Amino acid sequence: MKAGLLIFLIFISWGLYANSFTAMDSPWDDGKAIILNWKLSPMTRNVQIQRITDSENIVTVLNTTLPEGEFVDSALEVNHEHHYRLIAQFDEDTLSLETTATTREQWFYMRKLGFLILLVIVCIAIIYYIQSARRGKEFYIRRIAGLDSMEEAIGRATEKGRPILYVPGISDLDDIQTIASLTILSHLAERSAEYNTELIVPCRFSMVLSAAKEVVKEAYIKAGRPDAYKAENIFYLTDDQFGYVAGIDGIMLREKPAANFFMGSFYAESLILAETGFATGAIQTAGTAQAHQLPFFVVSCDYTLIGEELFAASAYLSKDPQQLGSLKGHDFGKLMVIILIIVGVILEIFGISVLKDFIAGASS
Amino acid sequence: MISFMNVFGIWIAAFFTISIFSFLYKDNPFYKLSEQIFVGLSAAYWLVYIIYSIMMPNLFTKLIEDFSGNAILLIPAGLGLMMLMRLHPKTQWLSRYPISIMIGTTAGISMLRYMKSDILEQVTATMINPFSAPDAAGVVGNLLLIIGTVTGVYFFYFSKKQEGIFQIPSKIGIWFLMVSFGATFGYTVMARVSLLIGRLEFLLRDWLHIIT
Repeated sequence: MKAGLLIFLIFISWGLYANSFTAMDSPWDDGKAIILNWKLSPMTRNVQIQRITDSENIVTVLNTTLPEGEFVDSALEVNHEHHYRLIAQFDEDTLSLETTATTREQWFYMRKLGFLILLVIVCIAIIYYIQSARRGKEFYIRRIAGLDSMEEAIGRATEKGRPILYVPGISDLDDIQTIASLTILSHLAERSAEYNTELIVPCRFSMVLSAAKEVVKEAYIKAGRPDAYKAENIFYLTDDQFGYVAGIDGIMLREKPAANFFMGSFYAESLILAETGFATGAIQTAGTAQAHQLPFFVVSCDYTLIGEELFAASAYLSKDPQQLGSLKGHDFGKLMVIILIIVGVILEIFGISVLKDFIAGASS
Repeated sequence: MISFMNVFGIWIAAFFTISIFSFLYKDNPFYKLSEQIFVGLSAAYWLVYIIYSIMMPNLFTKLIEDFSGNAILLIPAGLGLMMLMRLHPKTQWLSRYPISIMIGTTAGISMLRYMKSDILEQVTATMINPFSAPDAAGVVGNLLLIIGTVTGVYFFYFSKKQEGIFQIPSKIGIWFLMVSFGATFGYTVMARVSLLIGRLEFLLRDWLHIIT
C-alpha cells in the first residue's frame, strides 16, 4: 500500500513538472529576435538549445543548467521560420523537444519609445516657441562674440577696398553644417551688397555651388543691389580636398581678401587655410562643429564659433522669429539634457537604473 | 630594372613636393604652377571618377540592363537634370527643387541621427555612478566627466544672460572645452608631423637614396 502511494506521489510530482519548450516572436521589435521558454523537471542536469538552420546545420545558442528559463535569440533573419531543438540531460536519460517560430517585423519598435517621447517633447517645444515668436513675443539670445566680428570684418574690407572670402566648408549639402553655413552666407552677402564689397565664395561641390549662388543672389536682391551681384565670384574649384585648399590658398595670396570666413565642416585642411589667411593679415572668423578642427581655428583665427554657436548664428544674425523660436526650442532640449543627466546620475548613485535603461533602449 | 616612367614619376613627385614646400619661404612661381596643376588635375580626376564610378554603375548601366526594374532611378536622374537647368537662364528656377529636396531630406535624416548619436548615447554614457570606480582616480575621472558634460552643454545655452551665478557653470564649461582643444591640438600636430616625415622619407629615400 505504502509503495503504491510512493509511486503515485512520484508520478504526480513528475506531472507537475510537465516538460515544455516554446518559441515565440519577440513582440514590437524589428523582427530579428525569437523568445525561447523552457520548463523542465528540477532533476534536469543540463540544457542545450540548438537552432537548426535551413541547410540542417546545428548552431548551439545556449548551454545552461537551469531547468526553467527564458532566452532571446537575436540577430536572426526577418520574416523567416526558425527551428529550435532543446536537449535536456537527466541523471540517466535525455529528452529532446522541438519547436518553431517565425520572426515578424512590427511597425513600432517598443524599445525606441524613449526616443519618440524625447523627440516629440523637443519638437513640441520648438513649435511652441516658434508660434510664440510669431505672435510677437521677444526672446533673449545672449551675445555670440564671434558674430559681432562680422560687421567689423565687412567694415575693414570696405575701407581697404578688398574682397571678403567666404569658405562654406568642405562637405556637401548633406552635412547640416554646410546648411548652417549657407544661412550665415546669406546674411554676409546682404551686408556686403549694402557696403558694395566684393564677396568671393569658392565651392567644393556642385550642389553647394548651386545653393551658394542662389543664396547670394537672393541676398543681393533683398539688399536692393541685384546689379552688384557677380555670379563669377561664386565658383567651383575642385572636389579634391587638398586641391580645393591649395586653390583657396592661392586666392588668399593673390586676391588678398581683407576678411576671411571659414564656416561649415572642415577636416585636416583647417590649419592650412587658417594659417595662410593669418599670414596675409586678414581678419578671420571661423565656425565649425568638427571638434577636432576647432583647436586650429581657435589658435589662428580672430574669432571662432564653437560647435553649436555655428547653428545659433543664423538666428542671432537674422532675428527672424521663426529661427529665434527654433533656437529657443533647442535651448529647451539642452536644458532637458542637463536635467536628465543630473537626475540619471542621482538615480545611479542609489542603484536605480530605470531612467538610464529607458534612454539606452532608445539609443540602441 | 627600374623603368624610365618610374624614375620620371619620382622626379615629378619630388619636383611638386619641393615646389609646394617652397611656399614656406613665400609665394613664388613654382608654388603657383604646382597649385594650378594640382587644382586642375584633381578637378578633372574627380569629374572622370564621378562619371565612371558613380553615374555609370549606379544609373546608366542599371537603366540600360533593366529599365523597368530600375525605373525608380529616373527620379534622381530627373532631379540631376533639373540641377543642370541652371545653365539656361529661363529654366534656372527648376534647380531650386532638387536643392530644396536635398536640404529638407538632409535636415530630417540628420535630426534623427544626431539625436541618437550626439544626445541619447552621450546622455546614457554620462549617467553613471561616479563612486562606483575601483579607486580614487576613477572617482575623480567620473566626476570630471559628469561636470564637464553638464557645464559644457550649459555653455551653449543661449537663452540666459551669463552673469552672476549663471556665469559659473558657463566658465567651467569653456575651461573644459579649452582643455580638450589643447589635448586635441597636440594629438593632431603629432599626426601632421608623421605626414611630414612621410614626405621627407619619400624625398630622402625614394628620390635621393640618402637613407634606406
